[in-house]
Amino acid sequence: MPKPVPEGQIDQAEKGTSLWKDAWVRLRKNTLALCGLWVILFLCIIALLTPLIAPYGYEQQNLLLGAAPPSAEHWLGTDIFGRDMLTRIMYGSRVSLMVGFIATAVALFIGVLWGTIAGYAGGRVDAVMMRLVDILYALPFMIFIVLLMVVFGRNILLLFLAIGAVEWLTMARIVRGQVLSLRRQEFVEAAISLGLSRWTIIRRHLIPNTLGPVIVYTTLTIPSVMLLEAFLSFLGLGIQPPQSSWGLLISYGVETMEEYPWLLLFPGLTLSITLFSLNFLGDGLRDALDPRASKN
Amino acid sequence: MFRFILSRLLQAIPVLLIVITATFFLVRAAPGGPFSAEKAVPPEVIKALEARYHLDQPMWQQYFGYLNDLAHGEFGPSFRYPGRTVNELIAGGLPITAELALYAMLVAIIIGVCAGVFAALKPNTPQDYIPMSAAMLGICMPSFLMGPLLVLIFGIWFEWVPVSGWGDLPGDKILPAITLGAGYAAFLARLSRGGMLEVMSQDYIRTARAKGLPEWVVVLKHGLRGGLIPVIAFLGPAFAGLLSGSFVVETIFQIPGLGRFYVQAAFNRDYTMILGTTVFFATLIVLFNLLSDIVAVWINPKLRHQLRDGT
Amino acid sequence: MLLEVDNLTTHFHTREGVVKAVDGISFSVNRGETLAIVGESGSGKSVACYSLLKLIPQPPGKIVAGRALFEGSDLLQADNKTLQQIRGNDIAIIFQDPMTCLNPYLTVGEQLIEPLIYHHNISRKEATQRAIEILGEVGIAAPEKRINSYPHEFSGGMRQRVMIAMALITEPKLLICDEPTTALDVTIQAQILGLVKALQLKRNIAVIFISHDLAVVAGVADKVAVMKDGLIVEQGPVDDIFYNTQHDYTKKLLASIPEGAKPSLSDIENNPLLTISGLKTHFHDYSGGWLKRNQKVIKAVDDVSLNIQQGEILGLVGESGSGKSTLGRSILQLVPVTSGHVVFDDTELTGLSPAQMKPMRRRMQMIFQDPYASLNPRMTVFDTLAEPLLYHGLATRKTVTEQVLALMDDVGLAHSAIRKYPHEFSGGQRQRIAIGRAIATKPELVIADEPVSALDVTIQAQILDLILDLVEKHHLTMLFISHDLSVVRYIADRIAVMHHGKLVETGRTESLFTAPQHAYTQRLLSAIPVADPVRERQRQVTLMEPASDS
Repeated sequence: MPKPVPEGQIDQAEKGTSLWKDAWVRLRKNTLALCGLWVILFLCIIALLTPLIAPYGYEQQNLLLGAAPPSAEHWLGTDIFGRDMLTRIMYGSRVSLMVGFIATAVALFIGVLWGTIAGYAGGRVDAVMMRLVDILYALPFMIFIVLLMVVFGRNILLLFLAIGAVEWLTMARIVRGQVLSLRRQEFVEAAISLGLSRWTIIRRHLIPNTLGPVIVYTTLTIPSVMLLEAFLSFLGLGIQPPQSSWGLLISYGVETMEEYPWLLLFPGLTLSITLFSLNFLGDGLRDALDPRASKN
Repeated sequence: MFRFILSRLLQAIPVLLIVITATFFLVRAAPGGPFSAEKAVPPEVIKALEARYHLDQPMWQQYFGYLNDLAHGEFGPSFRYPGRTVNELIAGGLPITAELALYAMLVAIIIGVCAGVFAALKPNTPQDYIPMSAAMLGICMPSFLMGPLLVLIFGIWFEWVPVSGWGDLPGDKILPAITLGAGYAAFLARLSRGGMLEVMSQDYIRTARAKGLPEWVVVLKHGLRGGLIPVIAFLGPAFAGLLSGSFVVETIFQIPGLGRFYVQAAFNRDYTMILGTTVFFATLIVLFNLLSDIVAVWINPKLRHQLRDGT
Repeated sequence: MLLEVDNLTTHFHTREGVVKAVDGISFSVNRGETLAIVGESGSGKSVACYSLLKLIPQPPGKIVAGRALFEGSDLLQADNKTLQQIRGNDIAIIFQDPMTCLNPYLTVGEQLIEPLIYHHNISRKEATQRAIEILGEVGIAAPEKRINSYPHEFSGGMRQRVMIAMALITEPKLLICDEPTTALDVTIQAQILGLVKALQLKRNIAVIFISHDLAVVAGVADKVAVMKDGLIVEQGPVDDIFYNTQHDYTKKLLASIPEGAKPSLSDIENNPLLTISGLKTHFHDYSGGWLKRNQKVIKAVDDVSLNIQQGEILGLVGESGSGKSTLGRSILQLVPVTSGHVVFDDTELTGLSPAQMKPMRRRMQMIFQDPYASLNPRMTVFDTLAEPLLYHGLATRKTVTEQVLALMDDVGLAHSAIRKYPHEFSGGQRQRIAIGRAIATKPELVIADEPVSALDVTIQAQILDLILDLVEKHHLTMLFISHDLSVVRYIADRIAVMHHGKLVETGRTESLFTAPQHAYTQRLLSAIPVADPVRERQRQVTLMEPASDS
């Protein structure tokens, strides 16, 4: 017979450490990844608050000043039209980060949905769905995106969609692989033999266990998307002036780098630091969430 | 073997058809015809031009006409360079881009794989951290930033190498090849490090050591083959990346290759040129993917039966 | 003495601190002699042997102290070059898992000749000739053809033969066998053990035999060393260890071996809870492509008919690939059944929709083999045990904690562990959680699929007793699937034997063991090692003959 248990007894129970907590503890020990996290958070806040805190208007010119090196008034100098570089970079960060996050969200949405369905359905459905992904993989998307930008003009919405449409493929593969291997795990079989409904199994047993790799891949997708946008903007196929993005600023910087190197240096540095931060964060998350890492 | 390659080639045909069809209709769907931008062209001239480029025909007829041309290896005339065909333009730029891509690929594979394997031999020591930090730098420093910086430092400040051109001055191929290859070298370094680490922790490596083989035999003979499988699988996509990377590098260094043509065609709205080069690039990429697929299957004995069975 | 090890000490430096994997052990072995090192997982038995050849990963491993005199020179002081010459030439190793220990990218022949080429400096042609000879000697048919095959083209037993050939090709003086048969089926195990013994006698080499299985050790060893937590707690001649046991731990190990048969129920009533008739479960292998002609049909369960009586434990025995697990899953409708009937308490289960199946699922549950994979790593003990209770409406939010604690009492888990996650438990404790989940819904039928085969022998004994207790307490009917005949003999009232998807024999436990009818059952039974050196010595005479012929 079960003994009646006083309520207090469970409060005294040892608190277990979940894998998430474990991962967080490991991530906190990884200085580089943690720095990356803070840099990204800092950038996001700056980007959000730019219209309020930017020192100048982003089209505010001072033709008399021309291209001036960094000074007390203009911390990062000014461009050839006398526009404040710090302001330009801040406004650029809004575009660059937005492209990064929104296109990644598009990729995440399609990829997770596609991968989960393929992995859970298995068999022929899976085979057909993944064959389609294989075929799309073989398409030269980069060239298509250039083509799209040429044909339909430099439309930022289209850019989101086009980039998102490329990046979802890998996400779908990762999620599908995860779901497929989880489905073969005995704890999912145990859930089935308990009679749990399909939805309950997906919600309680599959999704929490696929989350790790998805988070890692998401963190690593954002920099590659930002890079893609910068690449297109550099070629003049992305964001249109007078809007600014880091890629565009770099491409202007290149034209005058001999005379005014800071016009190349600062936007380049900002982009690189952001990419560094995201990659370090992604790597750190991968190490932290990898169950094999916890064993040593 | 033959049947396997044949069946993979057959599988590539629908992919190519999708590419051609999508590109063809995308270009046709573009707002404004190729000649509408030019002012003061008499309507009869436009008519004549449209007739010359078959633009007066129904869409499907144009489409099948284009497919027919492609089947004969004809990409059609250029809109912007009257009197020249896309074939001629491609033939002019291809050798340069191919050479650039080849050098970049060599830079990527040699530096990348060596650095990755070297790092994997002593994980979590300076021998690992130093090349891997460099690789991270390579990944986070896009080519359009690295190129100008290299030019600034080595071309303008130190004046060691020419800042632009291709084959005009000695040493002018160094910077473009490095600029294009560096990012992929970094990526390959990370891939091969991961692959080697995975393999070197396998039981069969312990077996090889237990047999008393010298360490270099253990690494090169038993480790490398398995460790490089992810690298080989990546070479196909890397090639695609190199081609699109050539857009930037050829622009920066003013190299008259295909990539620069492509970007210029994009700006000039030279539709036949865009269509032709896109189809040409796509074919190259699909074929290269196929090649890396075949090598990946061939190198892995567990998959090699596919070569025999032809599926 | 060929090898004399004195005070060998190996430490591992981990994040949690220093682990004394091997803590000052001494042993010796001479030519023609077999020393068995016995211990449970983590006892340090493998690390000890790998330390001799510096095959442990360094760092984190470090050989701290000790001396290992091999033919008079100290292995632990040897430089890498000397050591390389000893490895594979004077001292060879056979590893546990033949599936992962051969390089999948090189042909078997290439791997076989390597030690010869590097140690004896002979030509590839000669080496290949020698490789063909020795492949024949270890019993591989058509060796001149097979030498060009890749490892994946061999079965597990055949790969282990290749490993043995590879170890012996240089005629080493000492052979270290690290659990060489643990990954193999019992009939294959008997062949491999016989082969090692025959080759040892022929060449007069010394063997260090690492094993967790005392029954296997009884058959192969001259001397035995028992290891626990990095220490040798007892060592001596094999008969002393088995018949004149000194140390408590060794006694505990010996006592943990499931021995004898369960006192069978006086008579089992003919009152079947579950009736299976003509059950077939076939799988299509799509790996060859979608085309019909490339598909292979695997007949995992092929026309099986079986009853499970109310209140009995039916043991289902078979080797890997015999279809025993698939049969268990087919009963629970966890895999699609091809044809046939499964009737549970007058209800036909095949063809039921998931909704119709749900109330039946409450009444029949499963315990899985791998306690590491059978628990959701992101759910606490409470979540895992409460889920079935809440889902089937057996508890309310208010009473669920109480019921979960009662379940934890049942399976012997401390209440304080209720908020912990699976990775914080040992294998045995995890299996207790999994058993708790299976009995949570108060099922009538439990299918246990190899529930103890992933566990150490002392833990295995505890879990078996727990299962017996629970069966009695909750009046369970059980299908107990296992490859281990002594376990089944200990726990089951009746036994069914499966081979290649078919049921070859069914019978009361004792009668099946004493008078097996089917040839396969006889072969299976004759292959089981027993933890009794004298009986093992008598048995070997019959077993060794086919091996020495080939």
